[in-house]
Amino acid sequence: MKILVCISHVPDTTSRIAFTDNNTKFDTKGVQFIIGPYDDYALARAIELKESTGATVTVLNVGLAETEPTIRKALAIGADDAIRVNAEPVDSFFVAAQIAAQAKAESYDLILMGRESIDYNSGVVHALVGTMLNIPAVSPVMKLDLDGNTVKMVREIEGGTEQVEAAMPLIAGCQEPIAEWKIPNMRGIMSARTKPLKVVPPVAVESGVKLQRFELPPPKGAVKLIPPDKVEELVHLLKTEAKVL
Amino acid sequence: MEANTKRAIKGGEFLIRETQASEIFIPEDWNEEQRMIAQTCREFLEQEVFPRLDEIDSMKDPGLMPAILDKAGALGLLGTSVPQEYGGFGMDFNTTMLVSEVFGGGHSVAVALSAHTGIGTLPILYYGNEDQKKRYIPKLATGEWKAAYCLTEPDSGSDANSGKSRATLSADGKHYIINGQKMWITNGGFADVFIVFAKIDDDKNLSAFIVEKSFGGITMNEEERKMGIKGSSTRQIFFNDCKVPVENLLSERGNGFKIAVNILNVGRIKLGAAALGGSKRSISIAIDYAKQRKQFGTEIANFGAIKHKIAEMVTRVYASEAACYRAGQNIDDAYAALIANGVAPGEARLKSLEEFAIECAIMKVHGSEVLDFVVDEGVQIFGGMGFSAEGPMDRAYRDARINRIFEGTNEINRMLTIDMLLKRAMKGHLDLMTPAMEVQKELMAIPSFGEEAEGLFVAEKRVLANAKKAGLMIAGAAVQKFMMKIADEQELLMNLADILIEIYIAESCLLRVEKVLTQKGQDAEGPLTEIAMIYLHGAMEKIAACGREAIMAFAEGDELRLMLLGLKRFTRIDPYNLKNARRKVADYAIAKGQYPF
Repeated sequence: MKILVCISHVPDTTSRIAFTDNNTKFDTKGVQFIIGPYDDYALARAIELKESTGATVTVLNVGLAETEPTIRKALAIGADDAIRVNAEPVDSFFVAAQIAAQAKAESYDLILMGRESIDYNSGVVHALVGTMLNIPAVSPVMKLDLDGNTVKMVREIEGGTEQVEAAMPLIAGCQEPIAEWKIPNMRGIMSARTKPLKVVPPVAVESGVKLQRFELPPPKGAVKLIPPDKVEELVHLLKTEAKVL
Repeated sequence: MEANTKRAIKGGEFLIRETQASEIFIPEDWNEEQRMIAQTCREFLEQEVFPRLDEIDSMKDPGLMPAILDKAGALGLLGTSVPQEYGGFGMDFNTTMLVSEVFGGGHSVAVALSAHTGIGTLPILYYGNEDQKKRYIPKLATGEWKAAYCLTEPDSGSDANSGKSRATLSADGKHYIINGQKMWITNGGFADVFIVFAKIDDDKNLSAFIVEKSFGGITMNEEERKMGIKGSSTRQIFFNDCKVPVENLLSERGNGFKIAVNILNVGRIKLGAAALGGSKRSISIAIDYAKQRKQFGTEIANFGAIKHKIAEMVTRVYASEAACYRAGQNIDDAYAALIANGVAPGEARLKSLEEFAIECAIMKVHGSEVLDFVVDEGVQIFGGMGFSAEGPMDRAYRDARINRIFEGTNEINRMLTIDMLLKRAMKGHLDLMTPAMEVQKELMAIPSFGEEAEGLFVAEKRVLANAKKAGLMIAGAAVQKFMMKIADEQELLMNLADILIEIYIAESCLLRVEKVLTQKGQDAEGPLTEIAMIYLHGAMEKIAACGREAIMAFAEGDELRLMLLGLKRFTRIDPYNLKNARRKVADYAIAKGQYPF
């Protein structure tokens, strides 16, 4: 069985967010990058499947050379080899088209990725790849098990869960608790540098979407504390100052 | 060619040699693999340790600590120092220091980990014969077996060679029978293997033995109740006719004291590294609190008094870190040179560490004292919440304290630095005489202003060169005065040690900053020059104060006056606005929300 895990290279969750170039570009100065946390769940489940079924796991990232440390971390966690599509991941359509192009050439049984990246959070790449490859795409998947050629999954839905089945090949957008994040061990770290990391050129794609600008949320205003025994004052302020009542 | 000159550096030589920034290793030089290893250690702490700190300290589940060590073992983190042929990963010394640093933030777990991988495993790795290494090291490297180190006894602490434990050969000559009492044994409660020091018959010196718990004849008291590192198992252990097969004698009879001392060299510098990890974590927690806590209508992080604390905490850690990995790389370079000369790996490790034993002791003292400073100011930043046992600073404060005591008290280590320096001078290994004589001459001459060198920090380097002269002047005069009896002048040795320590740390800090600025130029991040200046000024104050104390303790009349004048000249430093510098450093750290480097 061949599994492809698509990983994004995203700012650490504690990063301070700022923009440059007239608010059209994310300021990467001093920012620590990590494997997208949802992608990390997908990778962890893929490694578990590798351990139980002997599948091979390939990781794929669309990014420039600076994403290689992130890719090598995925190799250290246990992926067998990696592909870097040498291009700036401009938008979801572009990224999906790159993944689809690679996947077509290699016919993977299972393509796993996070339900969304945590930088631009579009959450549509799995569905786009599914459409491009004409195979099922399921998300957000909280549980994923194999039963022969059938994949049994549990999806999170509003107020509950949904159990779905589909035959491979398929795509899953993953989230917790599908597997526990894996910490790369020493053996993995030391073998990462010798595992194949193939750099391929992107395929030409015109998405037609153009980024206008980013806006930071307004800074938090001052908070007024009203003692619990002064409900009337609270109501008064909500009416006159906050004007929400 | 450059590598060769680098490898020729001797331990303690920094006092008489001008080191170039390009020669030293700085933490900014860590490669991707080393950073990944550090990150694995961090993730391990976040996943397995930080959520359970209370549970670990409660000691309710005696199986918890060994289980945590097992998990570290499964990740390969117990075998970083162990060569691949014995089931480890054969990392270089500086990388293993980085592992110690990160784990150093792990409170009681840090102590259990370092005792197992350091003093527990290394005696066998460095002194064991092939059979001993094959039998024990692979199991220790994976954590299948846990190790402890039994040196201290109720009446034998700093004076380690005075222990009363005895080993006698059995009638059939097949076993040593060990009897004795050991105390403060870290990991005692769950260790499978003990490195035990005892004297064979009436030997003058200790011997070392590898003792398995299963040999029998081992009993222990309940867990000690301690001020800090409460989750670390600490037992008193009794050996009652414990039968140890003769093949478990480590190294040769009477070699135990040497083993103990040499293994402590590793322990000391790694303690310095671990203290960095603890310090960085406390700084980050304190900054986080200072950004949230509001008084007088604003976050306390906006107050100058708090900024002063944060800047000092950050600066001292930055400087200690610079020195720690500078020394670590010197040890690695010395090791590589020994290997190139055909020395066996175990012996090369020991010799390289022995060569830099002065630096190891310096890092132990400085690291542990920076840590205590950081946790103390951390408590202060937290105010009342700092004193609360519910807050995070309580544990940090209590756990830090032991570091000034174990692996040789800081007093013992201070005396060792000077003792080793003087011994090397006497043996002709290090030429302190020539520069000391030159200082004497300079003292009598009219100050010369010399030629101005070019490059970064020219004035600061002159300040450091002068500080070294101050140290040589005082040490030289003291040795002349007391000769061999200088060992009895402990107060003086403390002063000299402090001068030596401050010179080493201030120089390392300055060289680190210089190297970063040279490498990165405009792209260098953070108020680095300010950090170098803050540390240098503090160091010069301390050197001046210690120097004055020392001189007044033994010089009289004209000599006293001349030396005090000389000290004044050699500790002069141009004014610098330290308040503004500290504000910049603090603002940078506060914006980053953590220890920023």
